[in-house]
Amino acid sequence: MDYEIVIGLEVHCQLLTETKIFCGCSTHFGNPPNQNSCPVCTGMPGALPVLNRKVVDFAVRAGLATACKITPNSVFARKNYFYPDLPKGYQISQFELPICIGGHLDIEVEGEKKRIGITRIHMEEDAGKLVHPEYEHGVSYVDYNRACVPLIEIVSEPDMRSSAEAVAYLKALREIVVYLGVCDGNMEEGSFRCDANISLRRWGAPEFGTRAELKNMNSFRNVQRAIEYEVERQRDILDGGGQVVQETRLWNVDRGVSMSMRGKEEAHDYRYFPDPDLLPVVVDEVWVEDVRQKLPELPAAKRQRLVDDYAIPVVDAEVLTADRAMADYFEAVVKLFAQPKAVANWIMVELMKLINEDKISITQCPITPQGLGDLLSLIDEGVISGKIGKQVFSQMYSSANNDPRQLIEDQGLAQMSDVGELAALVDDIVAANDGKVKEYQQGKVKLFGFFVGQVMKKTKGQANPQVVNRLLKEKIG
Amino acid sequence: MELYNCSLEELWQRLEKGEVSSLEVTRSVFKRIAEVDETVGAYLEIDEKRALVQAEAADERRRQGQEITPVTGIPLGLKDLLSTAGLKTTCGSKMLAGYRPEYDATVVSRLREAGAVITGKLNMDEFAMGSSTENSSFKPTRNPWDLKRVPGGSSGGSTAAVASATAIATLGSDTGGSIRQPASFCGVVGMKPTYGRVSRYGLVAFASSLDQIGPVTLTVADAALLLGVIAGHDERDSTSVDLPVADYYGGLKNEIKDLRIGVPAEYFGAGLDPEVEAAVRLGCRQMAATGARFEDVSLPHTDYAVATYYLLATAEASSNLARYDGVKYGFRAEDADGLIDMYRKTRAQGFGDEVKRRIMLGTYALSAGYYDAYYRKAQQVRTLITRDFDKVFAGCDVLVAPVCPTPAFAFGEKVDDPLSMYLSDILTIPVNLAGLPAISVPCGFTKAGLPIGLQIIAKPFAEETLLKVAWHYEQMAGWSGRRPQLAGEAV
Ligand SMILES: [Zn+2]
Repeated sequence: MDYEIVIGLEVHCQLLTETKIFCGCSTHFGNPPNQNSCPVCTGMPGALPVLNRKVVDFAVRAGLATACKITPNSVFARKNYFYPDLPKGYQISQFELPICIGGHLDIEVEGEKKRIGITRIHMEEDAGKLVHPEYEHGVSYVDYNRACVPLIEIVSEPDMRSSAEAVAYLKALREIVVYLGVCDGNMEEGSFRCDANISLRRWGAPEFGTRAELKNMNSFRNVQRAIEYEVERQRDILDGGGQVVQETRLWNVDRGVSMSMRGKEEAHDYRYFPDPDLLPVVVDEVWVEDVRQKLPELPAAKRQRLVDDYAIPVVDAEVLTADRAMADYFEAVVKLFAQPKAVANWIMVELMKLINEDKISITQCPITPQGLGDLLSLIDEGVISGKIGKQVFSQMYSSANNDPRQLIEDQGLAQMSDVGELAALVDDIVAANDGKVKEYQQGKVKLFGFFVGQVMKKTKGQANPQVVNRLLKEKIG
Repeated sequence: MELYNCSLEELWQRLEKGEVSSLEVTRSVFKRIAEVDETVGAYLEIDEKRALVQAEAADERRRQGQEITPVTGIPLGLKDLLSTAGLKTTCGSKMLAGYRPEYDATVVSRLREAGAVITGKLNMDEFAMGSSTENSSFKPTRNPWDLKRVPGGSSGGSTAAVASATAIATLGSDTGGSIRQPASFCGVVGMKPTYGRVSRYGLVAFASSLDQIGPVTLTVADAALLLGVIAGHDERDSTSVDLPVADYYGGLKNEIKDLRIGVPAEYFGAGLDPEVEAAVRLGCRQMAATGARFEDVSLPHTDYAVATYYLLATAEASSNLARYDGVKYGFRAEDADGLIDMYRKTRAQGFGDEVKRRIMLGTYALSAGYYDAYYRKAQQVRTLITRDFDKVFAGCDVLVAPVCPTPAFAFGEKVDDPLSMYLSDILTIPVNLAGLPAISVPCGFTKAGLPIGLQIIAKPFAEETLLKVAWHYEQMAGWSGRRPQLAGEAV
């Protein structure tokens, strides 16, 4: 039987604030266990949360970028459950009145555009981390460094109909939160993580089928695999006349299967209620407008603008805008050297090769836009050839020297373009190769290359090839 | 007169004049503790060593001409749910036996900065749940006026200490009457400030939307002095309100001539002990003599207050007490097999019956399918109760009422009947639901010699008016400052 696949996604983004959501502790990753902790984030008796307003700012940013309405009085609620990584026995989250509601995100799969609804975005605190050392049997430790680190959860409508749409949505969403500067988007480290609700229904059926929730997918590839696995699993059940059980399933990356984590009967009753320790979060029009004014250009708009303003191919625009800083870099170079396609090529081929090899971001690139702009101008002016240019480029990169003119001078790499000097050289060579000149003039045109080669040899490759060509043509016809 | 018998106000003035030193006062108080606290049992933890160091520091501060506050060098006790760095904070619970916090509550750091001497930590009903201090995991506290009777609760240690002069003043906390009721049972002044007036940071939560720290003192003037030190906005508590703190002490003697006083009919209903009613009515007549105008008013939703309170307070408590799970601090059951078993046994063994009863009540009130009928409905009724007060306060400045329907009851009298214990909070609970400031001032004694308290309730953040009215009443009535005769004491 054929079924329609229905997918909704819940995405948790760890926010890039300096401090935690309800205390002043650092959010810095990688500190020794429990170093980033205080009475508040370890749930000491009597300690109280105080909201970090930056978190609200970030959540509103994400909301505006996904066309959400901002709730003027949103409310923090307690989600009650027991687990050792949850120091208070409840997580401070939002339930009935989240900060953002009712937005959407446009995606494109195989040329087809589609709008995916966003139900809500809410703010919450992360939990700590359990450590089970292998060498100590029966002992576990808790690290509260991550406890109280701010998250936003972005919940989509069940609008996706294939794993490809789900991945496209995730990629678009990730790109946006990274562009907004609210999240680093790192899926492996879990700062951008996704749960998927999946169900199947017969084509045309009005009701959704019973859904399963998938967790623990830490890459786009795993999201795709896990969804496909789950679709097949449910299809087999339904085809066999069985019923899908509502449950939470954990994706096992190594084995490529998902396993039941807990069923509906074991589902938590979280007993949400408004947190009496926190006041409603009042976000007035002024605040919303302020955030709106400061929103950066979003990826889709930027892509279109690059194509329109610089007449570069759509594919180039896509590559350049995959990273906001990369697009900024491109535009900065174009300002100095107004040949956008050439700039795009240099960035996409030469520059990306080096930074990808070194696994650094464009913001860490040793070559500044000014340096690259100068280099491209020097090539364009004929001071050096394109080939020498690449050599200078890699020197600039490895030495972090952004003065290409100086590098060229120091090493005597400049092209010889002086017509008088080159003409004398050409004369010498023609005079010394009388026989070859005759052969050439009798029709052996391939020999032209020989004469060029001779000039290059004499000039150690620095003669301007265009000038040499012209002079030779004048001399030997 | 022994120094320990003095009021805070008097000691402050004598310290100012250099007639006594803080060290003398502090030694006097610890001598008193040694004499009577074994009988009264107000203290869970006596911190004499550090207190004497603090007393010397206060005297030094005075010698050096540094800033002096009314509590500089004054020995004060703290209810054992205020977090004190390095000093055990048990909340009267086995669950936190031996727990030494790493930080001070905001009120504690304010007292320390003001140069107060901290005598120790005072007994209470476990996690402030109770009206008799009988729910303490550790020991009973006796009413200094009648050792067979309870001191009230949950701040029974705080009020018994002031009544028995084992602290010059103390801090308690009031969630549904936990300062005012034991103050009335022990014949001392107990005040609950407006919700948000005093920071709750470091107050171990029972019911966060109701809890408020307040002073327990011998006189109204002492309450004004102590409140002045602890009140005010705190960035660490989002629910603390950023409003200026008046000079409460300086405002006490201002006139109250044109005052309009409301007497809520519902607070004089069935179940009110005739001796209590007579004492409170007499108090009203005395206040009328100052020229204040009296008016009968109605708070029609009073009957729903107890039910509302026991839904909301327990709901919040069920969540607030989830952190006591044996993982991080405090008690952990030893014979547990795995995580879930550790949770179960830790909480079963660590909490007392009343706490477990309330956790279960609150868990139920918040459960899926019951939330709307219980928690949400209770929130709506809370709004109605608050509106009752708003309406009444449109026409009067303060309300006068009894604190508790009865005087102190005997040990064991209500332990097996939680409902009758809950109902005895009927006259104090509405004030917490509406977040209002209120005070219990001594207004006489029963024939059996038990103290009776008169409750004055004011508008939100009108502590200045509240204290002023209470002070004028106290001056006229003259019941404050009396001391019980404790066994073995030189008469
Ligand atoms: Zn912290």
